[in-house]
Amino acid sequence: MEVTTAVNSPSTNPGDTPGALHKDPDVVIFGFWVFMMSDLIFFGVVFAIYITMIGATAGGPGPKELFDFGSLFAQTMLLLTSSLTVGIATVTMKHQRSQTSFLFWVVVTLVLGLGFLALELYDFSGMAAKGGVPQRSGYLSAFFGLVPLHGLHVTFGCLWMLVLIAQIWRVGMVDIIKLRFLRLALFWHFLDLIWIGIFSVVYFGGWVYG
Amino acid sequence: MAEKSGFATHLRAYLTGYVLSVVLTLAAFAAVLSAGPDNKRVLLLVGLLGVAQLVVQLKYFLHATTQKEQRENLALVLFSTLILLIIVLGTVWIMGNLAVRMHTAL
Repeated sequence: MEVTTAVNSPSTNPGDTPGALHKDPDVVIFGFWVFMMSDLIFFGVVFAIYITMIGATAGGPGPKELFDFGSLFAQTMLLLTSSLTVGIATVTMKHQRSQTSFLFWVVVTLVLGLGFLALELYDFSGMAAKGGVPQRSGYLSAFFGLVPLHGLHVTFGCLWMLVLIAQIWRVGMVDIIKLRFLRLALFWHFLDLIWIGIFSVVYFGGWVYG
Repeated sequence: MAEKSGFATHLRAYLTGYVLSVVLTLAAFAAVLSAGPDNKRVLLLVGLLGVAQLVVQLKYFLHATTQKEQRENLALVLFSTLILLIIVLGTVWIMGNLAVRMHTAL
């Protein structure tokens, strides 16, 4: 772990003494892993609901009518590439390359994330045009409970990037911001892991079994 | 760790993970689209490719490895995976069994 010390100002630290919490970056990162794994369980429950709802189309449109694999492939590649670029940003930061090149890779990640969201929304509007709306059937409720939940995570990841860029612009690359960015990078990689489950189970599984 | 070689090594890890992920993704898409919509056996292959990609990304992107400083993270991931499997497989098992007994296809 390259981040050595976190900021010990009282304003960022709810402990009894300045620096009582947020002292050890490894502990902070581990705590974020705990959050991600609780989020993983949450996603798992929604995946389980989706699997039990495959086939519950109530006469409405199912996966075979609704899914667009060209768009799915483009979304997958955008998200996967953004996982690489956020990784490049991490390496740039850890090895103290210029702030400009770091910000460049963060902005590339942000643009890829927004591109992913735009394609996903385009996909949903295409589904809605074919009658695939959440209230149509149990299957579609489960679909729109799961895939947009991931999209919401990506949206908040993009928001997080914007906030970090603003903070870096205000105070520069101080240690606490580096630590925040490390957590953002973990979160972003985690969202790509969830996406593997979504294209494998929701799209391919739904297409074959639906 | 700010020397040039460390930078290149770290960058190469991410690039390796990316290339492997792209190959595994392409394989999954090619397998499903060539097998057609009614081939259920292809999902086993998709599942294996998906798990392989999860492992690749955990190793190269999230660095959850057996290295000493990462071992706690890996233990957490493995334990969460156990809970996840119990929840998901348990749900599918029970609901699938119920669907069979109620004579409704799952």
